[in-house]
Amino acid sequence: MSRSKWGARALLLLVALLLVTGCGQQMANQPRVAAYQESDFFDDGSGMRPVPPNTVPQMAGALQEDPVLYTGMTAPDAEGNAGFSQEFPYEMTMEDLERGHERYDIFCAPCHSLDGGGDGMVVRRGYIPAPSLVQQRLLEQPGAYFYNAITNGFGRMPSYAPQISVTDRWAIAAYVKVLQRSQNATPDDVPDGVEPEMKNAETAAETEE
Amino acid sequence: MAQLFPRSANTMARLSIFGGLFTVLLLFGLGFMLTRSPVATREGDQRVQPVQFSHKHHVGDIGIDCRYCHTSVEDSASAGIPPTSTCMNCHSQLFTNSVELEKVVNSWETGEPLEWVRVHDLADYVYFNHSIHVRNGIGCESCHGRVDEMPLMMKAEPLTMEWCLECHRNPENFVRPLEEVYSFGYHPPIDQSVLGPQLVESYNIRGNLDDCAVCHR
Ligand code: HEC
Ligand code: HEC
Ligand code: HEC
Ligand code: HEC
Ligand code: HEC
Ligand code: HEC
Repeated sequence: MSRSKWGARALLLLVALLLVTGCGQQMANQPRVAAYQESDFFDDGSGMRPVPPNTVPQMAGALQEDPVLYTGMTAPDAEGNAGFSQEFPYEMTMEDLERGHERYDIFCAPCHSLDGGGDGMVVRRGYIPAPSLVQQRLLEQPGAYFYNAITNGFGRMPSYAPQISVTDRWAIAAYVKVLQRSQNATPDDVPDGVEPEMKNAETAAETEE
Repeated sequence: MAQLFPRSANTMARLSIFGGLFTVLLLFGLGFMLTRSPVATREGDQRVQPVQFSHKHHVGDIGIDCRYCHTSVEDSASAGIPPTSTCMNCHSQLFTNSVELEKVVNSWETGEPLEWVRVHDLADYVYFNHSIHVRNGIGCESCHGRVDEMPLMMKAEPLTMEWCLECHRNPENFVRPLEEVYSFGYHPPIDQSVLGPQLVESYNIRGNLDDCAVCHR
């Protein structure tokens, strides 16, 4: 084969390779539907489908048979009276409280503030004032009261059920009880030997007066 | 017979052969650079959104956590885009007569979703999952930049394969303590060269994260 033919082939190969760098990516947009992608297959133009009406859920717990766990209410008694459960539906562990702390800071603190006082950033920007969660009136309320407020909303506060799972709601309720306890703590709550300086500071302040 | 070409034509011929080769290589190089440039990856490009939603206002100024709106980021592949009802949690009472928010209220009343323009869009042949990154101490900031300073959402990183691999080969340069995943402007409390390997160890981050099958499956 002559030299010029080889040259031409080499050039052709180079040009072909060059074209590769400019390939349009058909594979980058495949006909499948990704999360939140639009689709012209359905009338409403949305690729993600809502649950059809009258669907019966079948996962564990989907029937929500435990009233205390799902509603915070005790089952109606003989007279048909139901009320807030005075107990948590399951025992709250330290892990639950830590989870509750984290979730409270995400979902409640924007309005009710980090310490529960009710002066969160969104309220400061003009939202209707959110009540203090650590006020006297709410101290007697059981965890279920707060679970209920998160699940069903309260007055002009909307329900947070779409954003927060059932167990997380209970964890938040438990953490609100922790906040109440901590906001109303006295020096006597400090266990002996844990932080003696704090107790001393308190007595020092008292003797100064 | 008289010579048709002057002697200098030899040099010209050589020059044009090498020059041609050089030009082809240059075009190659340009092609590669172009596909990686912000022009092609649309890095730093702000899109026109249906509502001028500002992460700077909501995250930077009032300090709402990412998970308030992107609720599924810890548990699933997709971070999740908030439904209109999430906006209405606050905006049913707040700035109700703002022009921008009229569109949000409309969407709420008619049930027509707001059609946000996608900013980050990996090719469909790449598998990506948020939860595994977030749970292994990779901060939003490492991939999305200073979201808390963005009046309009934009891509802060190229999201090319090269870029993913930069971290997959050396995750110890990027990992954070879990409580810092959602913070911005984070600085490691101790030297990252000490902290990084410790965290990689404690999260049990595996090696071989640059195997093709990790992302192309
Ligand atoms: C967008 C602001 C906002 C957020 C976020 C918010 N709340 Fe509220 N909350 C309010 C307002 C405002 C009220 C008073 C509503 C009214 O009285 O009409 C309220 C009332 C309540 C009440 C009733 C208090 C009472 O007076 O008996 C409880 C309990 C409560 N919120 C708990 C929570 C918890 C728990 C969260 C987090 C999951 C939360 N809230 C998140 C704004 C908010
Ligand atoms: C008040 C709700 C809200 C909060 C809080 C929020 N976001 Fe968003 N985010 C949105 C909305 C709405 C969009 C879609 C509109 C857009 O792209 O600007 C979005 C879009 C995004 C996108 C781009 C999605 C795409 O199109 O590719 C990223 C990335 C993102 N958010 C990251 C974050 C991070 C990180 C945080 C926490 C620092 C955060 N967001 C907090 C509501 C929120
Ligand atoms: C937790 C409460 C909260 C949520 C949820 C929220 N916003 Fe806001 N939004 C605010 C606050 C507070 C401001 C005022 C910010 C400021 O003053 O810097 C604001 C301001 C705005 C503005 C500017 C209004 C104006 O005219 O200046 C727009 C637009 C907006 N939000 C859209 C949205 C959208 C869209 C969503 C849902 C993805 C959303 N917001 C969710 C609290 C919220
Ligand atoms: C390892 C890098 C990485 C980290 C860390 C990361 N993201 Fe993303 N994010 C991406 C990529 C890549 C996409 C595009 C996904 C696609 O196109 O499928 C994306 C897309 C998104 C979207 C658009 C919706 C979606 O899921 O496709 C939102 C919202 C978002 N990210 C929020 C967040 C938030 C909030 C955090 C922090 C908790 C976060 N991201 C952490 C890389 C990352
Ligand atoms: C800043 C660091 C960082 C960046 C950037 C990053 N990753 Fe990762 N990625 C990780 C870490 C850490 C893990 C966790 C590995 C483990 O523990 O198994 C991971 C895991 C993954 C996994 C799951 C692997 C498995 O075990 O199933 C996928 C898929 C993945 N990354 C895809 C991507 C893609 C695609 C990109 C680019 C768009 C990307 N990652 C960018 C750090 C990163
Ligand atoms: C950490 C995740 C990750 C790993 C591991 C990975 N890739 Fe990729 N790959 C990507 C991403 C993201 C893209 C999309 C790049 C883009 O859109 O520009 C990509 C694109 C590609 C493309 C298309 C190139 C182009 O420019 O269009 C090829 C081919 C490819 N990868 C091959 C491989 C091979 C071979 C391996 C193993 C040696 C591998 N990838 C490993 C993330 C990964």
